Amino acid sequence: MLEVKNLSASVNGQPILDGLSLTVRTGEVAAIMGPNGSGKSTLSYIIAGKPDYEVTSGEILLDGEDLLALAPEARAAKGVFLAFQYPIEIPGVATMTFLKAALNAQRRARGEADLTTPDFRRAVRGAAQSLKIEEEMLRRPLNVGFSGGEKKRMEVLQMALLSPQLCVLDETDSGLDIDALRVVADGVNALRDPARSFVVITHYQRLLEHIQPDVVHVMARGRIVASGGPELALELERNGYRDYANANAAA
Amino acid sequence: MAAVQETVDRVRAIEVDAYKYGFVSDIDSEKPPKGLDEDIVRYISARKAEPQWLLDWRLDAYRRWLTMTPPRWARVKFPEIDYQDLYYYAAPKSTKAAPKSLDEIDPELLRTYAKLGIPLVEQEILAGVERPRVAVDAVFDSVSVATTFKAELAKAGVIFCSFSEAVREHGELVKRYLGSVVPSTDNFYATLNSAVFSDGSFVYVPPGVRCPMELSTYFRINEKNTGQFERTLIIADKGAYVSYLEGCTAPKRDENQLHAAVVELIAHEDAEIKYSTVQNWYPGDSEGKGGVYNFVTKRGDCRGARSKISWTQVETGSAITWKYPSCILRGDSSRGEFYSIAISNGRQQVDSGTKMIHLGKNTTSRIISKGIAAGRSQNTYRGQVSAHAKATGARNFTNCDSLLIGDQCGAHTVPYIEAKNSSAVFEHEATTSKISDDQLFYCLQRGLSGEEATALIVNGFVRDVLQQLPMEFAVEAQKLIAISLEGSVG
Repeated sequence: MLEVKNLSASVNGQPILDGLSLTVRTGEVAAIMGPNGSGKSTLSYIIAGKPDYEVTSGEILLDGEDLLALAPEARAAKGVFLAFQYPIEIPGVATMTFLKAALNAQRRARGEADLTTPDFRRAVRGAAQSLKIEEEMLRRPLNVGFSGGEKKRMEVLQMALLSPQLCVLDETDSGLDIDALRVVADGVNALRDPARSFVVITHYQRLLEHIQPDVVHVMARGRIVASGGPELALELERNGYRDYANANAAA
Repeated sequence: MAAVQETVDRVRAIEVDAYKYGFVSDIDSEKPPKGLDEDIVRYISARKAEPQWLLDWRLDAYRRWLTMTPPRWARVKFPEIDYQDLYYYAAPKSTKAAPKSLDEIDPELLRTYAKLGIPLVEQEILAGVERPRVAVDAVFDSVSVATTFKAELAKAGVIFCSFSEAVREHGELVKRYLGSVVPSTDNFYATLNSAVFSDGSFVYVPPGVRCPMELSTYFRINEKNTGQFERTLIIADKGAYVSYLEGCTAPKRDENQLHAAVVELIAHEDAEIKYSTVQNWYPGDSEGKGGVYNFVTKRGDCRGARSKISWTQVETGSAITWKYPSCILRGDSSRGEFYSIAISNGRQQVDSGTKMIHLGKNTTSRIISKGIAAGRSQNTYRGQVSAHAKATGARNFTNCDSLLIGDQCGAHTVPYIEAKNSSAVFEHEATTSKISDDQLFYCLQRGLSGEEATALIVNGFVRDVLQQLPMEFAVEAQKLIAISLEGSVG
C-alpha cells in the first residue's frame, strides 16, 4: 500500500506540491487526472526519487516503509517502477544489455542470484511477444530512434520484466495513436494483480477507457482536490478541470 | 613435482644464457651514475654487445638530442624534468625498494586486481613484489609456453623476439628498418629514446604470411622489465598480416616516472598491421602525484600499395599522456585507421590523437576518437589530417566525441586539417556531451547504482571502438573502463 501524507515539495525554490495526501491500496488501480502544471509529473518523480526535487514536508510510505529515506535504485529494488512520459535514450547500449543489467541489479539488491542468460532471454521474449516488440528492436540501442509508440511499449516491457509492486505510469498515453494505445493498455492490464498497485497519471479520460481504474483522483495546484469512482473521469471529460482549478484558487 | 623442477631447471638454463649476452661490458659492473652523457650511451650499447653501427646511431641521436627542446604545444602541465637526475640503463630491478609482500602494496591497487580477477601470484608480479627470479618465471611457466609459441611462429616463418635479440640475430633487418618511420631526429622524446632505448619487441612477418596468432599472450608473459625507454619495430612484408597487442589491463606499479617509448610499423604492399594497446600505467594519487608520464611516439608507414595499418588504443592510465599514433599513407590506395578511447579521471591529463598523412593516390583514413573526462582531468584530442599535392582522391572521415562526467573536468578537440589538392575529401564530425542527469536518473530508477549506470552509459559511448579490439581484450577493457571511472559520480 502506498501512502502519501501531507507532501509538499518544490523545484528550484518554486513550490509545486502543497500538502498532497493520497492512499493507493494494494491491488488498486488509481488514476490521477489534472490540468497541465498541477504537479502530476512532479508527484511521480518524487515517488521515484529524482534529484533536484526538494521535499519540504510530509512523507511517502510503501507498505509502511519510508521511501524518501531510500536512494532511487533502492526504491526500484523495493518494487517502485516509473514508466516515463519521455523515455530516455541511451546510445550504444543494446536494449537487451540494459534490461539484463537492470534486472540483475535489482535481484542483487534483494539478495537474489543473477538470472541465467537462457532464463533471462525466455523472460524477455515472452514479454516482448505480447507487446508486439520485434527481436530486432531489442538489439537496438535503448530508445534510440524508437517511435513514440515503441518507446512506450518498451516502458511496459520493462515493467513486465521487473515485476514491480508499485507501477507509476506518467502520461503513458501521450503521443500514442489508438492502436498503440490499445497495445500498451493491454500490456498494463495483463500486469494487474492483487499484489500490485498502479498509479496511472493522465490528462485525458481516453486512457481510462482501456485501463479501468478503481479510483479516480483529481489533482490541482499541487494537491488532490477530489476523489471518486470511474464516473469522476467521465465528468471531467464533459466539464473540464475549470471547476476544480477555480475552487482551489478560491480556497 | 617433477614437472615443476624441470621448469625451474630450464629457467635456470635460460638465465645462464642471458648472462652470456648481458654483461660483456667494458664499463665496471657497478651501477652507472644518474644522468646522461656519451659514456652512458656507450655503456648501454656495450652491455648489449651491440654492433658499431647501432652505437653510432645512438650517439648521433644523443648529440642531436642535446640541441633539442621538449615540445610545449600539448595541453599538459608538469614541472620541468631534470634529465640529469634519471637513470638511463636497463637497471636490474632493485630488490631493496621492492615490497616484500602484498601486505606492503596499496590496498586500492589490490582491490583493483581483485576486480579484474587477476590470480594472486600474478598480482604479486604486477605489484613488483620481490621474489626469487626463478620462482617468478616458474610460476608463469613461461619457458614451456614460450617454447610452444616460438615453435608455431617459427613454422610460419614469423620472427618475434626481444629487440636486443633481433639486433643480434637479425641485424640486417633491424638496420634496414630502424628509424625509417620515426627517424632518430624526430622529436625530443623519440630522439632521447633513440639514444638510450633499453629493449622492446621486434616482429617480422615474411611475404604472404598471415601470423597464426595474436601476438599478445606471449607478449604479456615477456613484458617484465622492458624499461622506460622501450623500442618496438614491426614489419609486415608483402601481403602479410599481423595483429599485435600491447599492454595489460592491470595497473602496473613502476618506479620510473618518465616513459618515452617509440613504436615503428612498416606495412609493405598488400600487408596489414593491426596494433592494439591497452595502457593502464599508474595515474598518480588523488592529487596526481607520482603518476607516470607517458610520452610515446608511435607511427606506422603504409609503405606499399593497398597496405593497411590500424591503431586501436584504450588509454586509462598515466598522469600525463602525450601520444599520437599516426599513419603515413605512402602507398597508393593504402589505408590508415585510428580508434581511440581515452579516459581521464582524478588529475590526469591526456593529450592524444593521431596524424593521417596522405601521400599516395586514393589513400583513405578513418579516425574514431572517444574521449571521456571525469574528476578534475583534462582530456584533449589533437589530430592532423593532411593530403599532399599528389595525393589525389584522398579521403578521411573523422569522428571525435567527448563525454564529460561532472563539472570540474575539461574536454578539448584540436583538429588540424590540411588539403593541398582539390580532390581530397575530408569529413570531420565532433560532439561534446555530458552524461545527462536524465540518463542517470532513468538508469537509477531501473535499479542500477550510479557507478553501474555511468559504466553502462560510457560503454555505450565507446562501443564503436571496443568493437575494434580483439574479443578477449574487449571484455577486459570494458571492465577496466568501469573501474577507471569509479568515484566519478557523486
